[in-house]
Amino acid sequence: MSTFAMPSLGADMKSAVLMEWKVKEGDRVSKGDVIAEVETSKGVIEIEIFEDGIVEKILVPEESEAKVGTPLAIIRGLDEGIAAQEPAGSDVAAKTSEAEPPSTPLQPVSDEPIEPKRVKSSPLARKKAKELGIELSSLSKDDKAVHLAQVESKKISSTTAMGGMRQAIAKAMSRSNAEIPHYYLSTAINMTLALHWLEERNQERTIEDRILPAALLIRAVVLALQEVPQLNGFWMDDDLHMSEAINPGIAISLRKEGLVTPAILNAEQMDIDTTMRSLSDLIIRTRSGKLRSSEITQQTITITNLGDLGVESVYGVIYPPQVALVGFGRIMDAPWADGDSLSVRKVMQATLSGDHRATDGRTGGQFLNKLDQILQTPEELL
Amino acid sequence: MTAEEIKQIIITQILEIAPEINEGDVDPDAHIQRSLEIDSFDFLRILTALSKEIGIAVPEADYGQVDTLNHMVDYFVKHS
Repeated sequence: MSTFAMPSLGADMKSAVLMEWKVKEGDRVSKGDVIAEVETSKGVIEIEIFEDGIVEKILVPEESEAKVGTPLAIIRGLDEGIAAQEPAGSDVAAKTSEAEPPSTPLQPVSDEPIEPKRVKSSPLARKKAKELGIELSSLSKDDKAVHLAQVESKKISSTTAMGGMRQAIAKAMSRSNAEIPHYYLSTAINMTLALHWLEERNQERTIEDRILPAALLIRAVVLALQEVPQLNGFWMDDDLHMSEAINPGIAISLRKEGLVTPAILNAEQMDIDTTMRSLSDLIIRTRSGKLRSSEITQQTITITNLGDLGVESVYGVIYPPQVALVGFGRIMDAPWADGDSLSVRKVMQATLSGDHRATDGRTGGQFLNKLDQILQTPEELL
Repeated sequence: MTAEEIKQIIITQILEIAPEINEGDVDPDAHIQRSLEIDSFDFLRILTALSKEIGIAVPEADYGQVDTLNHMVDYFVKHS
């Protein structure tokens, strides 16, 4: 038997609301299955299980808040036959979990008059809406539950007060700048060949299958990291831990509501088409608030692309415990010297923010060189 | 399709893909991506949706001709 506990979905997270169970007692689960949805300041996150087994008991009811580490369910291993204590055990447990949830108490609902048509919402969302005097029913769409993020975005749009996501970013970034001695490197990359190659590939494709330069750049970063793995990993216990998996966290803007950097997991196993499909899927799910726990906890490096906003170069703040961030600016027409001839080319500034405890400028320089080389031979990006 | 109909279809698709935007925010002569914070990914989704609605897929080489709402309307009128 093992317990499945509320995972930490970021250094700043203390608790989260268990919104919905995706499994019931007796269900068989496999490693990687989404078993519940929780609500955090980052939005609704699908949490996954990391073992195979059978859901023996569910300990925390839906719509209740639980601290990080609180046992949420008991999982029986597949080889552990049906436990002998089951007849007595499960019945009692089922009763207790209904009667008194072992989690932090629910927000009192008694002061909420029971309306004929109750708007589904999380206790946190309900509390926040009450504080702010926002009608929950005004946020409910198609009878779906109202989440905290919706209430907060409503708040942001009507006042200048900070939302939960802004506070989470503030904490992580303060910690980063206080703890990480950053170094910054920048290089201009001639993107003419790579863009030309991409345009030719895209001409053969339908509009649905077009590949964006953003996906090409992610693929190039992944290939460069395979050559310079010291930038892919974590700084923990005063030491650099390189990661075999390359899980680039992609900075995705939520427009008015902040920024999330969920990961494309195991990008080293993808070709350019799979990278593009994974990127599309990730952006759509980020903006609709449906990320998985592994995607927001297992980033090994961050990629920020601010070119769409017209920014020329990005000097990013590393997300701890990661050790590097790659920034891409706008691809623009610029004078480019090649030998003794001068021409106009598509040029982009690539930057690297590195953690100086983990690596030196030499490593960062090797990475940017490698990235440049790869982008000059785009056929290798497939 | 008239220019006005095409314009409505485009606005509907922009609002569908970026629901945070209000119809009043759409300035017909402003750069769509920069004024509305539409990134290249959402821009491609808008063009994909429009290719289904209007039947014209804008090739990448023509992106410069569809940068504002008015330019986009002109482009679709010209190619329909």
